[in-house]
Amino acid sequence: MLANDRVSLQVEQGSVHALLGENGAGKSTLMGVLFGLVPPDSGAIWVHGREVRIADPNDATALGIGMVHQHFKLVHNFTVTENIVLGREPTVGPTVDRRRAAERVRELSRAYGLAVDPEARIEDISVGMQQRVEILKMLYRDADILIFDEPTAVLTPQEAQELLAIMRRLVAEGKTVVFITHKLREIKAVADTCTVLRRGRVVGTVPAATTSEAAMAEMMVGRVVSFHVDKAPARPGEVVLAVEHLHVRNPRGLVGVKDVSLEVRAGEVLGLCGIDGNGQAELVRGITGLSRVEAGRVLLKGRDVTALPVKERNALGLGHIPEDRHRHGLVLDMHLDENLVIHAYDRPPFSHAGILDFPAIRRHAARLIGDFDVRCGQGGATPTRSMSGGNQQKAVVAREIDRSPDVLVVVQPTRGLDVGAIEHIHRRILAERDRGKAILLVSLELEEILDLSDRVAVLCGGEVTGTVEAARTSENELGLLMSGAARKAS
Amino acid sequence: MLGRRAALVPALAILLGFALGALVVAMTGRSPADMFAALLQGLSGVNLAARSFNPRYPGEFLVQAMPIMLTGLSVGFAFRTGLFNIGAEGQLMVGSLAAVAVGLWVPAPTVVHVALVLLAAMAAGGLWGAIPGWLKARFNVHEVVVSIMLNYVALHLNNWAVVDLFHSVDHVKTPILPATALLRSPALSALTNGSRLNWGFVPVVLSLLLYWFVIERTTFGFGLRAVGFNRECARYAGMKVNRSIVASMFVSGAFAGLAGAVITVGIFGFGRAIPAAEGYGFDGIAVALVGGNTAVGVFLSGLLFGLLKAAQPLMQSQGIPKEIASIIQASIVLFVAMKLGIEYLVGRLRAGDAPAAPEEAGT
Repeated sequence: MLANDRVSLQVEQGSVHALLGENGAGKSTLMGVLFGLVPPDSGAIWVHGREVRIADPNDATALGIGMVHQHFKLVHNFTVTENIVLGREPTVGPTVDRRRAAERVRELSRAYGLAVDPEARIEDISVGMQQRVEILKMLYRDADILIFDEPTAVLTPQEAQELLAIMRRLVAEGKTVVFITHKLREIKAVADTCTVLRRGRVVGTVPAATTSEAAMAEMMVGRVVSFHVDKAPARPGEVVLAVEHLHVRNPRGLVGVKDVSLEVRAGEVLGLCGIDGNGQAELVRGITGLSRVEAGRVLLKGRDVTALPVKERNALGLGHIPEDRHRHGLVLDMHLDENLVIHAYDRPPFSHAGILDFPAIRRHAARLIGDFDVRCGQGGATPTRSMSGGNQQKAVVAREIDRSPDVLVVVQPTRGLDVGAIEHIHRRILAERDRGKAILLVSLELEEILDLSDRVAVLCGGEVTGTVEAARTSENELGLLMSGAARKAS
Repeated sequence: MLGRRAALVPALAILLGFALGALVVAMTGRSPADMFAALLQGLSGVNLAARSFNPRYPGEFLVQAMPIMLTGLSVGFAFRTGLFNIGAEGQLMVGSLAAVAVGLWVPAPTVVHVALVLLAAMAAGGLWGAIPGWLKARFNVHEVVVSIMLNYVALHLNNWAVVDLFHSVDHVKTPILPATALLRSPALSALTNGSRLNWGFVPVVLSLLLYWFVIERTTFGFGLRAVGFNRECARYAGMKVNRSIVASMFVSGAFAGLAGAVITVGIFGFGRAIPAAEGYGFDGIAVALVGGNTAVGVFLSGLLFGLLKAAQPLMQSQGIPKEIASIIQASIVLFVAMKLGIEYLVGRLRAGDAPAAPEEAGT
């Protein structure tokens, strides 16, 4: 597939240059070329006025080009320092000079304001700190040109803010930043220049400060994009999902959810917000049957499903768009069409008497691919692993919404998606609501919660600190409930 | 297209393996041509030097290939579901015991008896394989450790049973099984100048077809593949992960158990006490690895490794150490394991050729 078609890009030293484009527009491929991961078929690269050949990441590193990948490349049971110096360890004789390594890491972390604990193990630190480790890795290798591949996709809003500040600081120190993203707000906040890619071609390069978000969105998608979510008032029916005094432990055995009670009615969206790690994951696992419930009950359409396995809950009308598409949502080593029937492969129309009906499976895939604009090279036969993150997410969302379950638990449905896709998925979620389905929406993006929800429940420390009407609350009020500074009974 | 690319690495690995073997032969001062002549003789029965033809050699070559195709399927099936069954050897021995038991103790008419023998061997091998599967599902004990240990248990169980349960007179073999229980074929043997070729190829071919069908075409195989690739996602989708692990190991063990029966009622006609494992399980790992865990791949690599085994005595008669065949076999496995390295080299070679083409196209 042609991912980059005669793309030209000029990045000025000491600036933040944003690269904007939809999922599959070719942003990551372009950066892969610069970092020596993808060999170009034709074209040339100049660094500091000199034409260079970048055959592999070592060449890129030697030229002072560093990259923070969307999925971090860290050794989980190594410490922060060990990860940073890995491959370029300072040595005393044949052994690694740990003291000098740690010192150098501290120096760098001070100089650029990148707070990390040099002795902590990667598996014990937050995603935000892991990303800072990735940045330090580049700085330790004396990188001057730093490429960030959708760095905020994995961060909480707070961490994303911090990252943007770090980028400005890097530029102030004379570094050059290339920032791949599809979040317009971030471009406005941090970038000097913005180059827009669409379907592998450069649409244009514009100054970020004087170009409006709407104009950039239009360049990216190729049509006018509506940021406003139009929704009719909800017509809530009876309660179809009820959670009563639920207690769930997290995988480390600590109590993740304490005495949580919630109700979701048919035809409404209940938003669930909170700072990451305040019990959202455990609550979802408890409702969907992935974790054992310690105490309390989950009622689906009035029926107690607390002890039922996942399959039976699904059969009773529960759907789940999971938070982590790689871990739960997809089997990356299977084909796209197979992934799209992962729940339903064992019954008609996709199989008969235990034999898979591949024509039916392929037809199903073709329909969803068209409906949800999933971009994939070989249609249903595309290996799922080869698809871009955003398109993988679209596939998961397509599969779940297409099943049209009576109760749909949606977790971070638009993480890593571009504005066009977000708009589409938001519309589909609301359409489900208007068809009388109950939606429990868990998201870290307050904007998304406020746009889609009819009511909002706030989790803090594993407890519900308040339930409010979405139309009569503000980011401010939610912020107070999220931090536990306030409480509000529904 | 996809299949052709998948076959590239094993094909290159095989070429490199033979090249290395030839090199070693040359280093011992013998002619690599003799080695290839021996292999050709093993394959086709044609002796180039003596200008003669003996169909016994291809017969023996197929006899060697049959059981390792089955153990290859056994290992491959577990691999496809994310499990490493290193215990095919033990499952094979237990399958062989079951075949002897049904052969000696259950009287039945001709065709029915053989079918019962084979089914019993599959059931026994399957149950033996299900033990590590169950322990993994229930207690998260690694299947590699348990299945290795069970190989020793199976070995000693076999030797005890042959002597004490089946009342071996000479402490080496059981009484001979009735003809109704055997896969022997005087016709096939006569056709191949008295080789040990027998009806065993029928269950082998059926197994190859069944393997392909179960993995690629059934909901059962779909579930097993999903569990194998991503257990978390399978759980999310409502699959019964633990049951899948046990089922997968049962099927894997059943293939190995069948291999035991094919050896015992196809080649020997009696159960044997053996001093140590005969290596069918480990050959199966090599066959599955080189064959990419597909039915077609296992069939082809089973033939290849069968040939290498069958050619050993022929090589020896040419004055070439028979260990050369093992060296070739080992280096093929090694080169396949270096899959990434080979792909990288191929990619480099292609990239090196590439620049000429776009220039022509560009003008």
